[in-house]
Amino acid sequence: MSIVTVQLGQCGNQIGFEVFDALFRDTQCSPGLCSKRENEAYQASCKERFFREEENGVPVARAVLVDMEPKVINQTLSKAGQSGRWKYGQHACFCQRQGSGNNWAYGYSVHGPKHEESIMNLIQKEVEKCDSLSGFFIIMSMAGGTGSGLGAFVTQKLQDQYSSSLKMNQIIWPYRTGEVIVQNYNSILTLSHLYRSSDALLIHENDAVHKICAKQMNIKQISFRDLNQVLAHQLGNVFQPTYSEDGSSHYRRDPLGDLMEHLVPHPEFKMLGVRNIPQMSENFLAYSTFTWPGLLKHLRQMLISGAKMEEGIDWQVRPPFSGLPPLGKMSVHKDLHFNTSIANLVILRGKDVQSADVEGFKDPALYTSWLEPVHAFSMWKTPRAFDKYEKSAALVSNSQLLVKPLDMLVGKAWNMFASKAYIHQYTRFGMEEEDFLDSFTLLEQVVASYGSLGP
Amino acid sequence: MEEGVVNEILQGPLRDVFDSKQLITDISGSGNNWAVGHKVFGSLYQEQILEKLRKSAEHCDCLQCFFIIHSMGGGTGSGLGTFLLKVLEDEFPEVYRFVTAVYPSNEDDVITSPYNSMLAMKELNEHADCVLPIDNQSLFDIISKIDLVVNSGKLGTTVKPKSLVTSNVGTVTKRHKKPFDAMNNIVANLLLSLTSSARFEGSLNMDLNEISMNLVPFPQLHYLVSSLTPLYTLADVNIPPRRLDQMFSDAFSKDHQLIQADPRHSLYLACALIVRGNVQISDLRRNIERLKPALQFVSWNQEGWKTSLCSVPPVGHSHSLLALANNTCVKPTFMELRERFMRLYKKKAHLHHYLQVDGMEESAFAEAVSSLSALIQEYNELDATKSMPVPDVPRLSVAM
Repeated sequence: MSIVTVQLGQCGNQIGFEVFDALFRDTQCSPGLCSKRENEAYQASCKERFFREEENGVPVARAVLVDMEPKVINQTLSKAGQSGRWKYGQHACFCQRQGSGNNWAYGYSVHGPKHEESIMNLIQKEVEKCDSLSGFFIIMSMAGGTGSGLGAFVTQKLQDQYSSSLKMNQIIWPYRTGEVIVQNYNSILTLSHLYRSSDALLIHENDAVHKICAKQMNIKQISFRDLNQVLAHQLGNVFQPTYSEDGSSHYRRDPLGDLMEHLVPHPEFKMLGVRNIPQMSENFLAYSTFTWPGLLKHLRQMLISGAKMEEGIDWQVRPPFSGLPPLGKMSVHKDLHFNTSIANLVILRGKDVQSADVEGFKDPALYTSWLEPVHAFSMWKTPRAFDKYEKSAALVSNSQLLVKPLDMLVGKAWNMFASKAYIHQYTRFGMEEEDFLDSFTLLEQVVASYGSLGP
Repeated sequence: MEEGVVNEILQGPLRDVFDSKQLITDISGSGNNWAVGHKVFGSLYQEQILEKLRKSAEHCDCLQCFFIIHSMGGGTGSGLGTFLLKVLEDEFPEVYRFVTAVYPSNEDDVITSPYNSMLAMKELNEHADCVLPIDNQSLFDIISKIDLVVNSGKLGTTVKPKSLVTSNVGTVTKRHKKPFDAMNNIVANLLLSLTSSARFEGSLNMDLNEISMNLVPFPQLHYLVSSLTPLYTLADVNIPPRRLDQMFSDAFSKDHQLIQADPRHSLYLACALIVRGNVQISDLRRNIERLKPALQFVSWNQEGWKTSLCSVPPVGHSHSLLALANNTCVKPTFMELRERFMRLYKKKAHLHHYLQVDGMEESAFAEAVSSLSALIQEYNELDATKSMPVPDVPRLSVAM
């Protein structure tokens, strides 16, 4: 089954390119530490999901590129085309000239309705080229105007028009100390709208990815390209083919459906995060060896302590003993130390993967009480190694990991809203203060729901 | 409204850049009288102006912004210029209006400049989206600073001539012919940096409409202090790249500002950093973290920075930075303006020149003052919050 990717705005398009490039490069890694037959099945599965064939044999990404100004799309198209390895469809993009001015209202209320038909037509054309559609992967930032506002609009239309297909939104959480001054407004409006119309929100924080670049990848002068490549690597690790749990001999057909089924058991809890291990610069990779026990131990502790990368894991954090009463009432606004999960998915790739022991992730103490670990935890695997990593593990997690950033975001936006600063910029395009209040209410609910999770 | 300046442009090396049909001139000028510029020439040329604007607009696939460039102290720029603002607002309401206004300095020799400036301010308050005030004194100080370095002959201070912010190397004119040319070049560089992200590619683009969106929290508060760095590049390649961080520090030094003001000791409402050249997001973040503690931001925007990265640097530099700050430090400039105005107005000096113009009433002066006073009051209220702790606004509580 295939996934149609919708890339929105500068961020969405820049990241989208890196994702397709990472996926393609990985399929070309031959033979990936496994048999030739295995490798070929892997390649075929990846290609079916993300690419389609064109006459002259160059794979075409199953993607629609949307932006309200032309520069980024032009660059993205030419970068892909120049590589000679894969490219974007010739007519797969929609572009305007004046941008969205970092204004969510402009993206949602002006661009959305105005260009609805053109954009949905483009998506329809791409969908028609799939034998069978698993769903949509929408890449966008929250801070700007196009990705955030138009992204929210498009997701809503996808829900209306393709109600039986799944939608996962890849959301970029901006740096805490601004890229855009009104980013907190744009973010709460985006999140609240997506919470109603999307099936899952896969969230990457720029601050976290930046630290990975600095500490794990040892990059000195970190560029957006570096951030995007780390992100693309993480996503590749999640979306590349894996085997069905029951040890069957074919690769999973419906990655989005499987992800949703395992990770989003309840519509109140849609925020997912990704952790990836190992993640390091190529120079060090050549001198490192990894064992499954070591990797899994670190990954588990990253989950428990809420760490976003290997370095600096807090080993003091322990899950509460099940059976004993919790230590005092857990308040949302206090520092949350132990990260309770709703559901987790571990994806293992590479050498000796069958020997990997994931029992540690089935501990009921890790999870909230309303799901049995057998339902809350799942594992996918493949002996085919990913990229240049002999062994790699990814953790997709629906847990309290994002509560603190969300809480802070809502707090800052609320503070600004209380002074009414910048509101005129939104109301001039048809929004009202009510819309803001609705968004705040929804997100406070999400914060409270996640915050009150306990074993 | 007089022919000399426009004619010179049309005979100069840039004559082919300008469409000779797209200009309007008169003969006698406005006599440094805002009322003449605004009322007389305004009504006289309104149709012509509209016609030519529409023609220009037709050539655009997508018209986003008007740049209106004029001085505040004279008659044409100030009077007719602000008249134009209203015309633009009515005719093209969706298009942004950015004004680069040169404010009169203390030694300004036009006696009526306080009147002209005050009357123009009211128009800017009401009809401009964004104003970048400039004053000649700051431009002059920048020139002096550069001259000092160029002429000092100190070791390691050989300046690359192409890199001077006052230089016109890379442009068509070969020499600065007039005293204001070097100063005007600085303002030209400002506008270049402002539009760089729209003209060139980069990893974090910024359009002009984003400037307005991020830097104007309340409609009235749209006056932005600008500072440009670097002013020159040293030719000595052995100077280590600590220069990059130095560039960020310089942007927050008074020496690099295009208007006399003290943002460090006033309150920031918002700040934008427009970076060009080989600068990456980590450099930007490092410098924001470094410089932020010394700056005071308003309570509801403690971490609000707008940033943009454009890959192409200006001619002669490897990187450059334009900082735009919405800061209460513009208040003293406006208060001084009001002072100088009141000194003249109390004695009714030269008032008759204005009142004898058809359509000009004395109430216009009173309205202009009250408009400016209201603006000053808004800045006062913000300043009052400066040393107060960040208020704890109670959040919505949710029933579980």
